Amino acid sequence: MDAALKVENLNKYFHEPEDFHVLQDISFSVGKGEFVPIIGKSGSGKSTLLYLLSTLDTDYTGEIRINNDLVTGKSQNDLARFRNRNIGFVFQFHFLLPEFTALENVMLPALKLGRLSQEEIRQKALDILKQLQMEAFAQKLSSKLSGGQQQRVAIARALINDPAIIMADEPTGNLDSVNTGLVFDIFKDLSHHKGITILTVTHDLDFAKGADRVIEMIDGKISAEHA
Amino acid sequence: MANKKQTLVAMLGVTFGIAMFILMISFMVGVNQFMEDTMLSSTPDIHIYNDIKTDYSVSVAGDYFKNNPALVVVRHPKPKQVNLNIKNAQGIIADMHKDPDIVHISPFLSTQVFYNYGPVQINGYINGVNIAEESKIFDLASKMTVGKPEDLLSADKGIIMGRGLANKLDLGVGDMVTLTTPQGTSMSFRVVGLFAIGIGTIDDTRSYVNLANVQQLLGKDRSYITDINIKLTNNKLARDKAAELLKKYNYKSDDWETANSSVLAGNIVRDVLTYVVSITLLVVAGFGIYNIMNMTIQNKMKDIAILKAQGFAGGDIVKIFLGQALFIGFFGAIMGEMLGFVLAYSLSRVPFPHNDFIALKFFPVAFNPAHYIFGLVFGVITPFIAGLMPSMKASRIDPVAILRG
Repeated sequence: MDAALKVENLNKYFHEPEDFHVLQDISFSVGKGEFVPIIGKSGSGKSTLLYLLSTLDTDYTGEIRINNDLVTGKSQNDLARFRNRNIGFVFQFHFLLPEFTALENVMLPALKLGRLSQEEIRQKALDILKQLQMEAFAQKLSSKLSGGQQQRVAIARALINDPAIIMADEPTGNLDSVNTGLVFDIFKDLSHHKGITILTVTHDLDFAKGADRVIEMIDGKISAEHA
Repeated sequence: MANKKQTLVAMLGVTFGIAMFILMISFMVGVNQFMEDTMLSSTPDIHIYNDIKTDYSVSVAGDYFKNNPALVVVRHPKPKQVNLNIKNAQGIIADMHKDPDIVHISPFLSTQVFYNYGPVQINGYINGVNIAEESKIFDLASKMTVGKPEDLLSADKGIIMGRGLANKLDLGVGDMVTLTTPQGTSMSFRVVGLFAIGIGTIDDTRSYVNLANVQQLLGKDRSYITDINIKLTNNKLARDKAAELLKKYNYKSDDWETANSSVLAGNIVRDVLTYVVSITLLVVAGFGIYNIMNMTIQNKMKDIAILKAQGFAGGDIVKIFLGQALFIGFFGAIMGEMLGFVLAYSLSRVPFPHNDFIALKFFPVAFNPAHYIFGLVFGVITPFIAGLMPSMKASRIDPVAILRG
């Protein structure tokens, strides 16, 4: 299987409030179209790992390749462009821009990429919202949506540029069980039918159970990978 | 993407700064123009006259003892009896008519007189003029409060009197007044008009009569004149022209700028004051924008982090926030110019407190497009500079720290 993500000898230290070796010699790879939750206790370093993989945090040693592209050592501007094109994000607290409508939030990364015309982007955003059963809320201000709706808009936004990989940080952390189930189904569908790699940090063991493979972290190390 | 209320407040800062700038500069320039106009209504572009010489290097005593080897000391020398007239005035005038820079020439004869008012004598002076020429130089017609300048020509021994002087003497048009010269001769004139230039020292002391009457009063011939007033095509040429005329005719030539240097200094002070106050206002507005932008960025940290996560680079963030600052500046400045214009226009319609000595109906206000262009440019530059630092700060925000909570 082609590796969508390949990590070698990743090490990271926190220096504040005291020196702490938060990630220790992490190496693993994730194939295309895989749905992989990362689980672990608080402080195990799973979120830290996700932010390194997302290219937002560049303070580490080791190598990260996404789609066989070495992202380690790229400039901030190159990384910004890389994220825009290849990575979709979903966060725990939804993080939509509250002054914009759901549709505008979804369109924003594509407008930045600038590969399609505004009208094409609009159509595409509406299509994606429709797949997620959110088309009725497209014109609503994102701050007026419920938590589950906001999270679906956030997923639509992550999908707009056809990313190779979606990274999610506790995407169901603030959702009830119905919405958690919905998000889970969406992720599963995306990975199995669209071939998008999904990497998600989660506490939710039910969420983890249905996945292809689970990476479990304890004290900055990968303790187990189970299918 | 900022809160509308904050944006409005920031915009109002620029608006008031620019509005005050427009109002102040319009008013100050208006005042300067008024001062200059008043000054020019009493000062010709160039004034040529025969100055009393104070050169005592040559004395009669020195001449007398020339051949004796003696040291001659003369204490407190006095000038000898001189005529203060301009010799060959007609020739000089005819010569000056050939100069293309000179539009009007008004020769006149000025002398000190006492205006007799019952037993009281009031000190003043009269200008014997060719009223048609003098009128062209000072636009006397617009300064007349009663009568017309031409009335002087139709009356036998008429006099046009300063309004302040006429009030003191309790004279009106048609009344007679007797003038006495320092030489003791006297003559009666009939008041045919009153003028007010707006300068007390002139309105309280000066009168105009026909040139021939003064020559007669002083017992001089028809070619006797003491002064020549000149109007140029452009009064900016006055300084150089005065020097040229001095060299050519060897009579003292004062240009209006030299004669009124204190007024011009006042103009410069007012100009500087206007710019200092306006720039201070705009700097204060700039700090307001800086503050509001900083607050906005504090509030928008999360949004900035999201934009960065989605692939917006630092430069994009700077663009967004600077764009906002420029938006504030541009629309704030436009509103400020409108407000400033309205205020300036209103001020120009406010009646000036009535005063006998100031010929002003409304507050003087100038409307000059250059001020508006300057205001717009400055109104955009200030927020740009104020917004630059907060924008750079926003672009350096570390998204990881914020997204992790």
